[in-house]
Amino acid sequence: MSELRADRGVCIGAGMCVMTDSAVFDQDDDGIVVLLEGAPEVDEKVRAAVDACPSGALSITES
Amino acid sequence: MTETARTRPDEGTAEAASETALAGRSVEELPLHMQRAGFDPAPELRAIREGEGVRKVRTPFGLEAWLVTRWPDVREVLGDATTFSNAWQPHRRMPGLPGMPERSPEELARMRAGNLLAFDPPEHTRLRRMLTPEFTGRRMQRLEPRVRQIVDQHLDAMAQAGPPADLVADFALPVPSLVICELLGVPYEDRAEFQRRSAKLLDLSRPTDERLRAGEEQREYMTSLVARERAHPGDGLLGMLVREHGADLTTDELVGIANLLLIAGHETTSNMLGLGTLALMDHPDQLALVRDDPEAIGPAVEELLRWLSIVHSGTFKSVTRPTEIAGHAIAEGDLVMLSIPAANRDPALVEDPERLDVRRGALGHVAFGHGVHHCLGAPLARMEMRIAFPALLQRFPDLRPASEDRRFRSFNVVYGMESLPVAWGGA
Repeated sequence: MSELRADRGVCIGAGMCVMTDSAVFDQDDDGIVVLLEGAPEVDEKVRAAVDACPSGALSITES
Repeated sequence: MTETARTRPDEGTAEAASETALAGRSVEELPLHMQRAGFDPAPELRAIREGEGVRKVRTPFGLEAWLVTRWPDVREVLGDATTFSNAWQPHRRMPGLPGMPERSPEELARMRAGNLLAFDPPEHTRLRRMLTPEFTGRRMQRLEPRVRQIVDQHLDAMAQAGPPADLVADFALPVPSLVICELLGVPYEDRAEFQRRSAKLLDLSRPTDERLRAGEEQREYMTSLVARERAHPGDGLLGMLVREHGADLTTDELVGIANLLLIAGHETTSNMLGLGTLALMDHPDQLALVRDDPEAIGPAVEELLRWLSIVHSGTFKSVTRPTEIAGHAIAEGDLVMLSIPAANRDPALVEDPERLDVRRGALGHVAFGHGVHHCLGAPLARMEMRIAFPALLQRFPDLRPASEDRRFRSFNVVYGMESLPVAWGGA
């Protein structure tokens, strides 16, 4: 099973994830990534957002 | 920025001119990473990408650097700020560049302060985090109505004056200029001066001392502006920085941040609008799509960013440990530079990469860079382009070039058009 992780300490607030999938990702007032649901389904769009993330704050762990 | 820059044994003294890297040279003598044929990167850049992948090249200042051309390699370099450092490292500082005066460590530190592109994490992170809230998607949505208004005002003025118009001077430059001035809180009435200085600073055909002088003048201007904001913080980004981070930021840092954002806000979106409009006029079916289909503009902006790749190379990186790129051993202390246009035309990124196809809209391009230095203003640039291109093409549905002569900005750090005469209607 795949799990999406967002490292808010690494995030630079580029907003590429929100642009790719605004149903799963958001930015707080400081521009830092927020996951709208705790454990979203890792689908193609989420993978595209992870690929697009410039800072490497997003990752998918397979277990 | 509408000033011309071909060949110029010009206003500088003879010594100054002879000391510079590119002054008075012709387009054929441009450093390899800046060479283009119209919209396309030079064939030699493609040959490197398809051949050895990286090549040691001589930079304008006579230093050697590895030029990285393949998309996966460029992404990797940009994504690894630990190995490929942006920080100015005094012990590795380039000795005695031609036309470059010796500076004390204190002077260098002052010039570097606030320039996000000259730092690695964690120093970079500290500055970046102060600015990130100003460039979120939500913040951009709030700016949209004002950007639409600015775009419409400039289109109104063009329509009123009638064809022909210079799309660069009448639209592509003033729209992003006014937007960034309002966002920062920089008086727009000062634009003639700072646009002139910024154009000089980034024009490699000018004598180095003249470019440095323009940089100094720009810093002086910004220092007085920052002093004003310190005394009476305004509503713009500078005022916000003073209010919220005024105690953490030195005046040099505020000046550095403001200068970087002002120059970046001018030199990028404006060139995308000018060059992008010409690209669309060259591809009438794609122009029609952008003009008529409201859904088309999002992907079209990404494709124009990829295909035009107006930033040639971004900043130099200094290698902090022995590594390897495309199978070549790279030593500690080596310099690395990137060919953004070559990487964005790599078949590893998109199929049939030489073709402009505004329908595909691939996101993985590196036109805004990648990694921690990914363009801070990318959301603003995207929003401006998404508004400006359709508005321009809807206002003048039969927009067309009014001259055969295509004046590309070959000598500038950012590629684009020096001017772009356009016509519409019966004229």
